[in-house]
Amino acid sequence: MQDEDVIREFLVESHESLSRLDQELVELEKHPKDAELLASIFRTIHTIKGTCGFLAFSTLERITHQAEGLLSQLRDGRRELSPSLVSLILDTVDATRKVLASIEACGEEGPDGFEDLTDRLRAAARSTSGVQDQPDPALTPVSTAEHLEGNGVPEHAEDKQREGEAAKSSAVADANIRVGVGLLDKLMDLVGELVLTRNQILQFNTEREDAALNVTSQRLNLITTELQEGVMKTRMQPIGMVWNKLPRVVRDMAVSLGKQIRLEMDGTETELDRTIIEAIKDPLVHLVRNSCDHGVEPPEARVRAGKAPQGRLTLRAYHEGGQVNIEIGDDGAGIDVARVKQKAVEKGLLRPEQAEKLTDREALNLVFQPGFSTAKTVTNVSGRGVGLDVVKSNIEKIGGVVDVFSRPGEGTTVKLKIPLTLAIIPGLVISSGGERFVIPQVSLLELIRLEGDSGEKHIELVHGTPVYRRRGSLLPIAYLNQVLGLASAERAEAVNMVVLQAEDRQFGLVVDGINDTQEIVVKPLGKQMKGLSVYAGATIMGDGRVALILDVLGIGQSSGVLAESREQARAGSEQKTQSGIEQQRLLLFRAGSFERLAVPLSLVARLEEFPQSSIERAGGSQVVQYRNRILPLIPLRGVLEPGVSDHDQTADPAQVIVFNDGDRSVGLVVDQILDVAEETVTVRQKTARQGLLGSAVVGKHVADFLDLNYVIKVAASDWFQSTAGPANGKRVLVAEASAFSRGLIRSGLDMAGYHVLEAANLDEAIRSLEQHPVDIVVTALDLPPSGSSALLAAMRRRTEWHEIPILALANSAEQARAQAGQTAGFQDCQAKFDEEALLESVARLASTLAPCEAVPACA
Amino acid sequence: MVTDSTTSKSGVAQSSGQFSTFFVADLFFGVDVLRVQEVLRFQHMTRVPQAPEVIEGLINLRGQIVTAIDMRRRLRLPARAGDHTPMNMVVRTEDGAVSLLVDEIGDVLDVDASTYERPPENLDPAARELIRGVYKLKDRLLLVLDAERTVDLTAGRAA
Repeated sequence: MQDEDVIREFLVESHESLSRLDQELVELEKHPKDAELLASIFRTIHTIKGTCGFLAFSTLERITHQAEGLLSQLRDGRRELSPSLVSLILDTVDATRKVLASIEACGEEGPDGFEDLTDRLRAAARSTSGVQDQPDPALTPVSTAEHLEGNGVPEHAEDKQREGEAAKSSAVADANIRVGVGLLDKLMDLVGELVLTRNQILQFNTEREDAALNVTSQRLNLITTELQEGVMKTRMQPIGMVWNKLPRVVRDMAVSLGKQIRLEMDGTETELDRTIIEAIKDPLVHLVRNSCDHGVEPPEARVRAGKAPQGRLTLRAYHEGGQVNIEIGDDGAGIDVARVKQKAVEKGLLRPEQAEKLTDREALNLVFQPGFSTAKTVTNVSGRGVGLDVVKSNIEKIGGVVDVFSRPGEGTTVKLKIPLTLAIIPGLVISSGGERFVIPQVSLLELIRLEGDSGEKHIELVHGTPVYRRRGSLLPIAYLNQVLGLASAERAEAVNMVVLQAEDRQFGLVVDGINDTQEIVVKPLGKQMKGLSVYAGATIMGDGRVALILDVLGIGQSSGVLAESREQARAGSEQKTQSGIEQQRLLLFRAGSFERLAVPLSLVARLEEFPQSSIERAGGSQVVQYRNRILPLIPLRGVLEPGVSDHDQTADPAQVIVFNDGDRSVGLVVDQILDVAEETVTVRQKTARQGLLGSAVVGKHVADFLDLNYVIKVAASDWFQSTAGPANGKRVLVAEASAFSRGLIRSGLDMAGYHVLEAANLDEAIRSLEQHPVDIVVTALDLPPSGSSALLAAMRRRTEWHEIPILALANSAEQARAQAGQTAGFQDCQAKFDEEALLESVARLASTLAPCEAVPACA
Repeated sequence: MVTDSTTSKSGVAQSSGQFSTFFVADLFFGVDVLRVQEVLRFQHMTRVPQAPEVIEGLINLRGQIVTAIDMRRRLRLPARAGDHTPMNMVVRTEDGAVSLLVDEIGDVLDVDASTYERPPENLDPAARELIRGVYKLKDRLLLVLDAERTVDLTAGRAA
């Protein structure tokens, strides 16, 4: 079936080429020196030869191969053109035609091997000095005639037969017309204009009550739609066009690699725009080669792994939500994540500590990095100087997305999501700040209208970040007016929200009004606006005015709801460590209206349950007898939401998080312990709310970080103040850029009884040092603007600061170890979030200080 | 001030010798007449929020979307009076048609290449960036606008 298609195309193409060849050869006789003409003839023959070889038409290949040899001599000037030579080539053309006719009629080349012709071609090619050879080729036409006569067809009759063949062959050629892509594009543009005009007419129609106009415009509407579909179809091709050559590719690969691979294809008829087909052709072949080479194992290995010796390669294509998904899957060994990481480190793409932090998914996507190849040996099969990075960039160029999924031992699937980036797309027209905008329907999930007074109430704030509870899960929200800096509308009676999808995330976009859906023609914006990621283009509306098309991903990112998009998370782990993304273990719990609170697990001593009956009230505060001591309890709800009475809702038994400090403990009563999460935490923002340090996304949900320091101060100030360890009362300056990190470090130090000063950068740190006596300095290695060494240098210059011990904070334990090895002038180096080690280290430094230096006044 | 040799050398840069002229504030500009696609009255414009402020908006020019650049803001001149609607001078550039919003349209002028001079050194950088040269007409100076630079907003910022 697929072969037939290919052959059909070959026939159409070859017939055209041959007609052109006839003309060109005649022309060449007149202008034998025309190099360009010669080159064109050579190319045509070469193309036919190539295709024949591909389709395994050996006779044709042989004939054209000989002719090509002859032509190349002509082209290179090793031989001069003579009429007899032209005849010979024309004979070749005729013979080719004959074979093609036979192929068209019965699918085979026919019995005639044209040995005679090939012999003559070969003989002519061998006698290199063309001019003297003239008598020789002059003889050959006769022999052609004889040969043909031998076939019982006189040369004269041959001409007639040729006409007959031409008539027959046109049966194929006539059913198809080759049209220049330029013309199709032009037609597409014109249809675009027509669609716009249609939209305008339709608008007039609604404004005017004219029956005749109504009827006419309805017809115009129908015809335009059909025309648009038709023209669009002219540019559509089934993906099978590209896939057809893959069975051969797979077969050849399998043979040369000694593997057994079965190719399964699903969705061959899925249609894609021509330009997209072109663009994905090479990436697809590459991915298939890659799967054959690196994915499917050799038969022995497969049998050993308990699989069938024959590997399976599946190609799947299907439409989904206005996009075409193409999956290339194998049932091979899968990608070894550890090897990928190791390789990335070896190749210098990542540092070891960065590699360790990567999730499996991120690690898998490393294979798309430039300069990456997991193959142990570079085979000539897939190693063709094109890496998967090129595949990725080619797919992304047409607005597609590449993703790779792999299970060790079960196989790897590469998924391409290709948009139908056609010039005309359906879009939703919305209005905001008095302007109209269009949102591509592809990104649209649903529309939500929140009516009445309660409308605003449905949108809740998590530290200023608006969210909406949509069927049980939280949807981050952005306001289009804010994103674009438009004037906010008067308080409307209802909130209109469009739920959008960008990559694999969703968010709600609040707009002033939702108008209707329309077919729109996407037009690019001028280069002056290239930098604006929030727009995907512009279009002309029914009233003739221009409206901007929103870029959903751009809107999401610029509003912050998609702040850490997958793309960013994947790219450059280098920046990651610097931009406040930190890996740590967190205890998640719930208290009052705070659904998700978090504290670093390193601060937690243990989790306990106490029956309510065991809780005693003493002096206005709650205590419980715990391990022969009195454990003060802090009801967290009461601290965070002081107004709300909490007695009636307290769980029994009470859930308590116990924090230790030396030999003292305090218990925090919460509603429910949720989870322990190991997370790469991106701190979203610092909050103004007391008792909370900020919020971050933990396990796909927003969690609030509890400010333990504050909570304990407020609720158990006596406990806090009475703490008096040997290291207490010392002033510690914490110099760290991230307010969040500072807060965490501070809370640990505060609890241990230190007096903490904070500084966000070098200047602040110096100022602090100048204003207060400081006993210990804790500084981040990456302290802005130029690192901690600047602070070190500044402190070493001043005699009064000379003796102050400095503890450096690294982003990770690895970095800490690396730094600790160096005598960089710091007394110690610890990982930023290893609370325990940090406190230990500070305590150690504090104990080395002369006791008289302790400043008791600061308690 | 400037010798004859420089005059003739720079004069080669002009192609047709004919200029479509227009006014921006009290400045008299000319663009090579071959570059000008058309001149339009003020059109309805669609604002582009977040765009550079020199971009006044987008206009629909028979199905083509054309960016309109406010020449006053481009030249860092004070805004025009509220009741005065600007004219669109649509020029062809490498990036397609772009509309320049100008105060008033003047005549098409033939100029004498020998009156050409480079722009004075002490010109405001915002203007100097965009002015290729000056023709000394009898009663006034004609400033030759560099259309490509005018529409290239990154170039202006570098100045």
